[in-house]
Amino acid sequence: MLVIKDLRVSIEGEEILKGINLEVNAGEVHAIMGPNGSGKSTLAAILAGRDIYEINSGTVLYKGEDLLDKSPEERAKDGLFLGFQYPIEIPGVSMVNFMKTAINEMRKHRGEEPLSASEFLKKMREKKDLVEISSSLTNRSVNEGFSGGEKKKNEIFQMAMLEPQLAILDETDSGLDIDALRIVARGVNNLKSPHNATIVITHYQRLLEYIVPDFVHVLFNGRIVKSGGKELALLLEEKGYEWVRSEEVNL
Amino acid sequence: MQNEQDQILNEVTTGEYKFGFYTDIEQDSIAKGLNEDVVRMISAKKKEPEFMLEFRLKAYRHWLTMKMPEWAHLKIPEIDYQDHIYYSAPVQRAKLNSLDEVDPELLETFNKLGIPLEEQKHLSGVAVDAVMDSISVKTTFREALAELGIIFCSFSEAVKEHPDLVKQYMGSVVPYTDNYFAALNSAVFSDGSFCFIPKGVRCPMELSTYFRINAANTGQFERTLIVAEDKSYVSYLEGCTAPMRDENQLHAAIVEIVAMESAEVKYATVQNWYPGNKEGKGGIYNFVTKRGICKGDNSKISWTQVETGSAITWKYPSCILKGHNTTGEFYSVAVTNNHQQADTGTKMIHIGKNSRSIIVSKGISAGVSNNSYRGQVKVLRGADNARNFSQCDSLLLGDKCGAHTFPYIESANHSAIIEHEATTSKIGEDQIFYCNQRGISTEDAIGLIINGYTKEVLNKLPMEFAVEAQKLLLISLEGSVG
Ligand SMILES: Nc1ncnc2c1ncn2[C@@H]1O[C@H](COP(=O)(O)OP(=O)(O)O)[C@@H](O)[C@H]1O
Ligand SMILES: [Mg+2]
Repeated sequence: MLVIKDLRVSIEGEEILKGINLEVNAGEVHAIMGPNGSGKSTLAAILAGRDIYEINSGTVLYKGEDLLDKSPEERAKDGLFLGFQYPIEIPGVSMVNFMKTAINEMRKHRGEEPLSASEFLKKMREKKDLVEISSSLTNRSVNEGFSGGEKKKNEIFQMAMLEPQLAILDETDSGLDIDALRIVARGVNNLKSPHNATIVITHYQRLLEYIVPDFVHVLFNGRIVKSGGKELALLLEEKGYEWVRSEEVNL
Repeated sequence: MQNEQDQILNEVTTGEYKFGFYTDIEQDSIAKGLNEDVVRMISAKKKEPEFMLEFRLKAYRHWLTMKMPEWAHLKIPEIDYQDHIYYSAPVQRAKLNSLDEVDPELLETFNKLGIPLEEQKHLSGVAVDAVMDSISVKTTFREALAELGIIFCSFSEAVKEHPDLVKQYMGSVVPYTDNYFAALNSAVFSDGSFCFIPKGVRCPMELSTYFRINAANTGQFERTLIVAEDKSYVSYLEGCTAPMRDENQLHAAIVEIVAMESAEVKYATVQNWYPGNKEGKGGIYNFVTKRGICKGDNSKISWTQVETGSAITWKYPSCILKGHNTTGEFYSVAVTNNHQQADTGTKMIHIGKNSRSIIVSKGISAGVSNNSYRGQVKVLRGADNARNFSQCDSLLLGDKCGAHTFPYIESANHSAIIEHEATTSKIGEDQIFYCNQRGISTEDAIGLIINGYTKEVLNKLPMEFAVEAQKLLLISLEGSVG
């Protein structure tokens, strides 16, 4: 589904991603872990199409096509979803209107009719229940005045509404209490199917107790320095990122 | 809904000024220049009664003693008033069977503007007075309205058929001494609309005037007068467009509204004069004096404006709240893009007890434009319990444009409560990217944000015009982000 080869990216002349290789297949859950500043959000943003970076080399194939060639909205309509580490507030634009526009753009892309008002509302209700987000939030402007935790839940709500094929969740767990964490996990697990894949970017292993990854990668200083199964996350938790640092020296 | 959105998107991506065409029709024009003879000539061409000529001459002589106002936050190039034509009327060539018929070429012009003048083709529930350059071409639904005692006709006809009403009210709200452009208009105005709603009558349709500048080098000076007698109601809409030209053209209008006891007048404007090109060449200079008086107790005047056009806009629709328990409202969206400049706002003058006013101003600036809100709230001594609430928001697209707010508040009554809120915000790249990531294109994202921002004002427009105005906003902002 996603194949990244030797991806090198810099911003303002400074290289941040220094040769990333990663392959994600349908049906898989991958976790990317790593200390602050290692380039996790940069990788997520590059995949979603943020254009403030220079791509120095490398290729990214998504569903067999060149991803880097496409606009952010084309990628989104092709089923790629990014849960933002810092969701953006859009005053004056209601969640309902925002979601309706997004869903119908995607439907149009697939050659489907727009959802009728009642179908749309039904879907809203269903997904709202799934992520336990209250109507008082979905009746407001996008993320406006939401608390940190509410913003994160809102990302999962949007993911549930849009039903992406590849979801990249950038530290959706940070700042959440256990209950919220469980809800986020439920959202992700609910979407899981043999046709979909998820990349969970996280700082801590505790989320991975609820979303069990098939693979864990450690991103360090712009490189994936270690990959393994779910036990790698536990090892990391135990030994800390210092351990990777010393491991990296041994590479 | 979806269809409508597609259409908007389509128009946004191909957006250019859509009304920039010119109708090649014979014009009856006088020579360039302005002097007493020109004023006399205009009056003679219109076969006006003596009182009108006198009014014009007094105004002209007063104008000569005045200077262009300089207090606005506008860079106005020197205007050579001798270099403009002050009267130009399209000549109807085709042989017409009745006075009610209109030259097919003019019909076609208004059709192209989306203003069909044949009553059966028109949007139901809207009567139109169509004005091209210096004259009114046609007023629809006159007879139907007349049955209710409503007078809706061109100003010229009103002068002839209802001279007493004109004499009584013309200049009673905006005297010719009011300001430089009001004096100029009073001297040379050529047409406009007149509307009279008798006691207790609720006007069953929207009344509207569509102003079209067509001739080159010609200024348009129109005058609208609306009188609503006790317990009457009318909703009025004004629209305007002009051809694309490299030279600047002058437009100086006056609108006067009189609302008697318990009367309500809603006046909406969708101003889309040619704004000039991307480099700031050409465009209309729009100097307008609009004022209403809530003369009787419990009366209400509401101004709603969507200003997207003109190279320069100088305009402050105002309310004099003379009666007790009167209400004045001002809802405005003003967009400036490229090199446009707008200095617009309102004045609310509280005289009567318990008078209320509300001001909602939404400025949107893009390109290298400048957009200023200027508003005055004045509470006189006798205006016990007067209330005003003002909300002035500015939205910036890009970082080369300017937004300014100039509120003036004066209160001579301690029981008055005046509140003023102002915000400035920007459409950020991160907001656009967030929308993009949800499959929403940049144009649609801007559309969503602009619609959200202007909703409160556009909701005040009659439904079908709100949709038009929404499209117009997006077209005006085309190419300003991303
Ligand atoms: N817009 C930016 N401008 C300059 N430097 C940036 C920008 N975004 C990220 N960086 C730098 O890139 C590095 C990686 O950041 P990021 O991808 O956010 O890391 P992570 O998500 O792993 O914490 C950091 O050193 C950060 O300072
Ligand atoms: Mg990060």
